Amino acid sequence: MAGVTRTPTNLTQGSKTKGGIGESTLRPDGTLKVTGEFAYSSDLWHEDMLWGFTLRSTEAHAELVSIDTSEALAQPGVYAVLTYDDLPADVKHYGLEIQDTPVLAHGKVRHHGEPVAIVAADHPETARRAAAKIKIEYRQLPLVTDEASALAEDAPLIHEGRDDHHIGHVPHPNIVHRQPIIRGNADEARKKADVIVEGEYVFGMQDQAFLGPESGLAVPSEDGGVELYVATQWLHSDLRQIAPVLGLPEEKVRMTLSGVGGAFGGREDISMQIHACLLALHTGKPVKIVYNRFESFFGHVHRHPAKLWYEHGATKDGKLTHMKCRIVLDGGAYASASPAVVGNASSLSAGPYVIDDVEIEAIALYTNNPPCGAMRGFGAVQACFAYEAQMDKLADKLGLDRVAFRQLNAMEQGTIMPTGQPVDSPAPVAELLRRVKAMPLPPERQWESSEGADVRQLPGGLSNTTHGEGVVRGVGYAVGIKNVGFSEGFDDYSTAKVRMEVVAGEPVATVHTAMAEVGQGGVTVHAQIARTELGVTQVTIHPADTQVGSAGSTSASRQTYVTGGAVKNACELVREKVLEIGRRKMGTFHPAWATAELLLEGGKVITDGGEVLADLVDVLEDEVVELEEEWRHRPTVAFDLETGQGDGHVQYSFAAHRAVVEVDTELGLVKVIELACAQDVGKALNPLSVVGQIQGGTTQGLGVAVMEEIIVDPKTAKVRNPSFTDYLIPTILDTPTIPVDVLELADEHAPYGLRGIGEAPTLSSTPAVLAAIRNATGLELNKTPVRPEHLTGT
Amino acid sequence: MRVNFTVNGRKQEADDVWEGESLLYVLRERLGLPGSKNACEQGECGSCTVRLDGVPVCSCLVAAGQVEGREVVTVEGLADFAKQRAEGCASGACGTELNKAQQWQAKPADSQTGEGSGLSPIQQAFIDAGAVQCGFCTPGLLVAADELLERNTSPSDADIREALSGNLCRCTGYEKILDAVRLAAARGEAETAGTGV
Ligand code: FES
Ligand code: FES
Repeated sequence: MAGVTRTPTNLTQGSKTKGGIGESTLRPDGTLKVTGEFAYSSDLWHEDMLWGFTLRSTEAHAELVSIDTSEALAQPGVYAVLTYDDLPADVKHYGLEIQDTPVLAHGKVRHHGEPVAIVAADHPETARRAAAKIKIEYRQLPLVTDEASALAEDAPLIHEGRDDHHIGHVPHPNIVHRQPIIRGNADEARKKADVIVEGEYVFGMQDQAFLGPESGLAVPSEDGGVELYVATQWLHSDLRQIAPVLGLPEEKVRMTLSGVGGAFGGREDISMQIHACLLALHTGKPVKIVYNRFESFFGHVHRHPAKLWYEHGATKDGKLTHMKCRIVLDGGAYASASPAVVGNASSLSAGPYVIDDVEIEAIALYTNNPPCGAMRGFGAVQACFAYEAQMDKLADKLGLDRVAFRQLNAMEQGTIMPTGQPVDSPAPVAELLRRVKAMPLPPERQWESSEGADVRQLPGGLSNTTHGEGVVRGVGYAVGIKNVGFSEGFDDYSTAKVRMEVVAGEPVATVHTAMAEVGQGGVTVHAQIARTELGVTQVTIHPADTQVGSAGSTSASRQTYVTGGAVKNACELVREKVLEIGRRKMGTFHPAWATAELLLEGGKVITDGGEVLADLVDVLEDEVVELEEEWRHRPTVAFDLETGQGDGHVQYSFAAHRAVVEVDTELGLVKVIELACAQDVGKALNPLSVVGQIQGGTTQGLGVAVMEEIIVDPKTAKVRNPSFTDYLIPTILDTPTIPVDVLELADEHAPYGLRGIGEAPTLSSTPAVLAAIRNATGLELNKTPVRPEHLTGT
Repeated sequence: MRVNFTVNGRKQEADDVWEGESLLYVLRERLGLPGSKNACEQGECGSCTVRLDGVPVCSCLVAAGQVEGREVVTVEGLADFAKQRAEGCASGACGTELNKAQQWQAKPADSQTGEGSGLSPIQQAFIDAGAVQCGFCTPGLLVAADELLERNTSPSDADIREALSGNLCRCTGYEKILDAVRLAAARGEAETAGTGV
């Protein structure tokens, strides 16, 4: 075998039906994925490749007194050992928004697991053993682990000499970003309240835990550049950060997306990309890096843990009077996406409710804890957990039904957000709650049968801890609001290149974008859009790479909207060109070429009245129509730094959940019996995939509710559970039935009326489960995840 | 060391294997069969599941030396394995050549029906039911689910959950994985009964 093998290939898919939008067409990469042929980034292979390994700091905050690599370098089979001093360019830092992250640690390490040195060797084990021979002398520095230690008078600064664009408006250099939002007069409105409810909530650190580990292959090329095959969420964002630290122009770093084993935000930041390129350029050999699970826990950012304080008031007839909240997000050692997470947390902190008078503040801290950044739900998740708990408390205090109370205060189209932005498309919050409540409840005591209790259906499961004694049922509801797309004035565009030609006597469309397919099904949808717009059945999806313009990130529930929009737009332009060709060649044969609205359907040009004018094959003959176009959704603006006012978001997305749990109150074990979801998706481009996204997002929310938390030792800031043995994600036994009710109310601003869907179900899932457990136990439970000791009080 | 064993019904040998290498590493890096996945390499996720003498195991936990003389079936051999089993070949072990397994080429399938692909019933059901998102968990799940249906042609939901409890999936929430196994079972029963599903 020569050259790189197991690189991504074209995906070609035909269809016996129209296969357009609205149909549940199957994934074009499905066959490759079930046969083991799909080329994931960890599967890449090159005949003389080396294996890279990253040595990471064992300390959370320490001065690097010395690093001795000589023994490691002397090991047989070792080709390179690089540290900060070996970096080739003047630029030595990178970052999504703030370039505060050193490629390799310099002077000090700021968190446990920070990369200090990288090794290339001919076997992964050789690289690992060599790395273990690197001698590092650390001198401990005082730790910053929470708000108190970050803002203390003598607090060490995590980043000295900050010159980023947030430093001017933050009250302390250990605060990455602060966003207040003031609307109306909360103190005045408070006087109208008959009941006031206050609460403090703690949200634990969640890991994306995508299954495909960080990995990729860098191959040095003859022109001094590098080819990089990698799993990421945004090729062009990586490129912008990689090229400068390699000292290369962007065109010499050619990136191709390899198979991505899930992402959920955890691949928004750079992981092994730069390290592999550095080693490849240094050794002149291809270098592959694959993290193992332990390293993966250190190799990407996590969901921000948060402390949230809320106060709500309501009149006795159940109308919300005001809300005040303060949200403190722990951003860890580097900025990553913290500023944008702050923007989301603050602007969505009131939830999907009408509240005219608010006083909101959100901040993200710099600490020595693991860096936190993007994860599905992005700032809105933490807020939803807290405001939904508040809603239940208010309803209870008022003696109102919890769902009815929410419906009474639910926002709708036309409601003004705390930011002053009107919600200008359907916001069926009350309806989603109605739907989820209307679903039939699972029968009680399902585990009971004539042969006794089926322990598999009880809390504790096969551990056989109860046969039903002490088991109590609870039901909980929650609803949430998430923004779709990049907000606050970001130029959130995408690019699509579409080609139409006749291949083997059939019209074929080829779609080429840089969109990262991470499992969400973007490739399926692109083929559907091309079929709908171009009237073909055969569609080829070109692998994503940097030979085409940026698609933006596969995050923020934005890809179907934005890259889908770009594909639709490019297809429309291709269609125009095809019709021009038709008019040129055949316009004289039939007057409708000039007068009618023309469509492409079933491989033909037809009039809007359904009359066939020509076969596409005859129109095109051997002509190829191809074009590449950028596409943008309507612009947004930044939030005012003092008042938080501004039309900062593109679109909103809503989901509601009902959770049914059974709790073994003696042992504190929880079994979630059912987690029903209702969501408005605007338009389901692929209903099968839509339901899959909703179920997957729901399950990640369930994980946070009862299982998932990265535990950081408050005394050492070290991660205690970086493995799937100790960081538990839901298995098929932990995950209940997830009935889904999909509502389709078109958003007239969006392509096909669609609404971004990936994140909303992750929001309300967690508070619904918490509400159900509270309902079963009567406990207050202000922290995720709920652990047995929280339920038994031991 | 050298390890001789049977992979997907054909004898293979792997040379220069280190003491500490796992079966997973040998399959992926030495035999060119990366279909078995490496999501944790500590026995917690099931993405590396293969059949070892018919029994589903996490290949990341099996030392390569332990498979000397034994039989392994990987996802790359699953379609042939199922076909041969259906045709009565003992335990389906008539085999897939290594170079064929390395280059598994399913015939292009239709976007709606997935017809005509030459896949095993469980593979086809995973596609049809929408049980594949990122697909990283899929190879391990397929091997485990295929083994379940081999010993239990009409499993209850509780049976399915129990059999797949060692396989993590982060994308789907499992609901469509359950659908896929139910679908494959229903199709299998329909086939036995001579009716189509
Ligand atoms: S890779 Fe073997 S169990 Fe996870
Ligand atoms: S489909 Fe991604 S882990 Fe299961």
